[in-house]
Amino acid sequence: MGKLKTITKRAFLIGTAAIASGVAFGYYQYNKPYPNPLDKDLAEGETTFNPYLKITSDNQITIITPRAEMGQGVTTTLAALVAEELEVDLTSIKVEHGPAGWAYYNHAALEASVPFADFNRSILANSFRTSQKIAAKFLGIQATGGSSSIIDAFDKMRLAGATARAVMLKAAQKQFNTKIENLSTEDGTIIDNTSGKSLTYGQLAKTAATLTPPNDIKLKPPGKWKILGKSQKRKDLPAKVNGTAIFGIDIDLPDMVHATIRMSPRFGAKLKSHDQTKAMKMRGVEKVIDLGNGVGVLADNTWRAFEAAKTLDLKWHQATYPTDTDGIFKKLATGFEQADGWTMRDDGDTSGATEISGEYKAPYLAHTCMEPMNATAQWKDGKLTLWLGTQAPTLLQMIGAREFEINADDVTINTTLLGGGFGRRFEIDFAVAAMHIAKHTNGRPVKVTWTREEDITHDAYRPGAIARFKASIDKDGLPKTLDIEVATQPILGSLLKRTFPSIPAAGPDRTTIEGAFDQPYTIPNYRVTAKPVDLDIPVGFWRSVGNSYNGFFHESIIDEIAVIGKQDPVEMRLKLMAKHSTAIKVIEKVAAMSNWGAKREKGKGQGFAFVLSFGAWVAQVIEVSDTPDGIKIENVWCVADVGMALDPANIQAQLQSGIIFGLSAAIGQEITFKNAMVEQQNFDTYDAMRISQCPEIETAILQNAERMSGIGEPGTPPAAPALANAIFNATGKRIRTLPLSSSINFI
Amino acid sequence: MDLTINGKKITIDAEPDMPLLWAIRDIVGLKGTKFGCGIAACGACTVLMNGEPIRSCSTPLSDVEGDITTIEGIAAGDTLHAVQQAWLDHQVPQCGYCQSGQIVSAVSLLNANPAPTNDDIDEHMAGNMCRCGTYVRIRAAIHDAAKQLAKG
Repeated sequence: MGKLKTITKRAFLIGTAAIASGVAFGYYQYNKPYPNPLDKDLAEGETTFNPYLKITSDNQITIITPRAEMGQGVTTTLAALVAEELEVDLTSIKVEHGPAGWAYYNHAALEASVPFADFNRSILANSFRTSQKIAAKFLGIQATGGSSSIIDAFDKMRLAGATARAVMLKAAQKQFNTKIENLSTEDGTIIDNTSGKSLTYGQLAKTAATLTPPNDIKLKPPGKWKILGKSQKRKDLPAKVNGTAIFGIDIDLPDMVHATIRMSPRFGAKLKSHDQTKAMKMRGVEKVIDLGNGVGVLADNTWRAFEAAKTLDLKWHQATYPTDTDGIFKKLATGFEQADGWTMRDDGDTSGATEISGEYKAPYLAHTCMEPMNATAQWKDGKLTLWLGTQAPTLLQMIGAREFEINADDVTINTTLLGGGFGRRFEIDFAVAAMHIAKHTNGRPVKVTWTREEDITHDAYRPGAIARFKASIDKDGLPKTLDIEVATQPILGSLLKRTFPSIPAAGPDRTTIEGAFDQPYTIPNYRVTAKPVDLDIPVGFWRSVGNSYNGFFHESIIDEIAVIGKQDPVEMRLKLMAKHSTAIKVIEKVAAMSNWGAKREKGKGQGFAFVLSFGAWVAQVIEVSDTPDGIKIENVWCVADVGMALDPANIQAQLQSGIIFGLSAAIGQEITFKNAMVEQQNFDTYDAMRISQCPEIETAILQNAERMSGIGEPGTPPAAPALANAIFNATGKRIRTLPLSSSINFI
Repeated sequence: MDLTINGKKITIDAEPDMPLLWAIRDIVGLKGTKFGCGIAACGACTVLMNGEPIRSCSTPLSDVEGDITTIEGIAAGDTLHAVQQAWLDHQVPQCGYCQSGQIVSAVSLLNANPAPTNDDIDEHMAGNMCRCGTYVRIRAAIHDAAKQLAKG
């Protein structure tokens, strides 16, 4: 059985290896399959074919969707990939996140991290991508992020379904003693068309799993798809309308103790002193634990832990970075004094006369997932178990193994639904805090819930950034030179420092300058440079990452150039992106939808922005009114080209979501510092867009791009510049600093 | 202390200043009502008290009087409330964390105003934050639920 199973799994993996063709080294290692993590915990009568599929003898089909469901609908679309090829109805199957497993590595996320523009498919750029794909396999990072889940899974999970269906057909062929041509599959049942007899997958599974699949598995062409390409009802929604959906914060285990933490509000600084006298007298309080850089409070319910934590009279040491926002931005500005930097675009020669120049700024931002950070941990009998919403379960396995000096196999990760992710739940801090506290509970599980105040003041922030640009115009009013420099804190260096301190960050970090260097504009003299500055403020992935601020800088600057060159902003972009028909079609479509350029009432204005991010080509037009009470955002039109749309309704939801996320930040979000601590504590000082501010949003999806893209993030980057450009159009006021509310009022 | 939650009488032993939210979640054990901010700024903890929406995170037990309805008590047995059904029909939730509060707020809106305009919806629902940005579908689903309820 074991050997035969291995063969089945290998056959499954041939497909993935074939996708990664041209592998230059370690071919054997690369080809060697990871073990199927489902083998360990099969129920009685259950069979697994590969890491994505389990079938019980009574035909309950379970598809494993090993990416975090944080609202982006990924579980439904991933399940659809398997269901399509397996020929089963999406409504009748179960979906599970499954265990943490090296088999679930995400190559697409790393592949997209190379310092090349998405449309640059040169040999050099592609060989970099291939090497990243191999690295991902070796590292086995099971990550959800970078809008990469669908791209990563598209072939793997369809092959998983197709391979399983092929062996079922083989098994049925034997049973019915007929030719394979006489068999048809329908919703988990194989029918012998000559005899009319049928067998379910569940009846065939045990035999089928012992068979070797054929070598020539063919995937269905899109024209034959029944599920993919059509909007599906999301599998996770019924539990989300009746209160039964379980998020990390809802975990409840027998004998569980509750806890909260107060970590140093000065990043990297230690705890100087605390006084637990009051806390220990409070009802239900069990213990106060000194964690070195903070404290944990154990109690018999969450609120009692919260209340006790307020009484601890905590004193902290000093931080290494400047104590206030001005000082921090002055430090960032020292980046411009560096002789070089990471120049990721360098076309022509940008020296010479300048007609326009200026400076832009974007603040640090928190993620503020609706569900505050939390994790439940149990350390018992030499094994660590975690229950939490995470975007990186295998990373946590590694960290847990390191923390407790055990094998990664002795770390079990139970991934729940995520009450928002946006990059925040890629971090390990909330899991590590729970691990530390679990060392003090005598084997009992402990749920560590953060207050909202703790959540906002201990994030891995979207880095603050400053851009300086200079440009000149040719006789036709088009940009002749454009030079942009962006000083910011690199995310990868910060992430490595706090996650794997022994690994130094090497080489240019594309996140610093993505959204500015990699846009499909042709400008004869065009230079884009990142000026990295290290600070001990933790910075991390925030929905759309560098594109979030670079998109604002770049698209506002292009708008400024259009004004100086007396060009219509849309017309000018059509000229500058003429080489990319995908971009042209996106721009023309959004211009038509928004009735761009039509005469508007006094006080109304429209702004345009285009950002190519994560392989998605996205243009937005925003319409605002300048009212006596402030700016009102009336309408957003958005067109996205995703190459191939697997679930249009979900893509539409993601675009709306990305736009509102981007507008929330653009209007009013800003993290500021005083005494080296974050000033904002809760939603009263760090708000997000409310329904009363939400504009009408109209979206359209195009499928002209050569490659399929993800869509969790690309809706966000154009929102801020389209809004700023609309405000300029309506009021004549050019705002170069985010959030915009620091310069103008909003309704 | 006696509470009536979703029609059931429950006696709990808790401090009078404990917020209703934590009594519901950690003592009664109903997890559908969510903790978002603790200062009545996000609406994730919204429940009904005698049909009126309240922020349970900022309502001490000493202020609780009458019937409490949480998300678990919105449906009539297995039959979803029109608002819940509209939420499914319009595929409203994304991460879903704020949606218990959104649905409870929407139910209270339609109880008081059976045919709300967009402005009515915006005014009533502005206290319920959604970081996934599901607002466009929330508006559509509330209008739809209003129509279904009017039909009876």
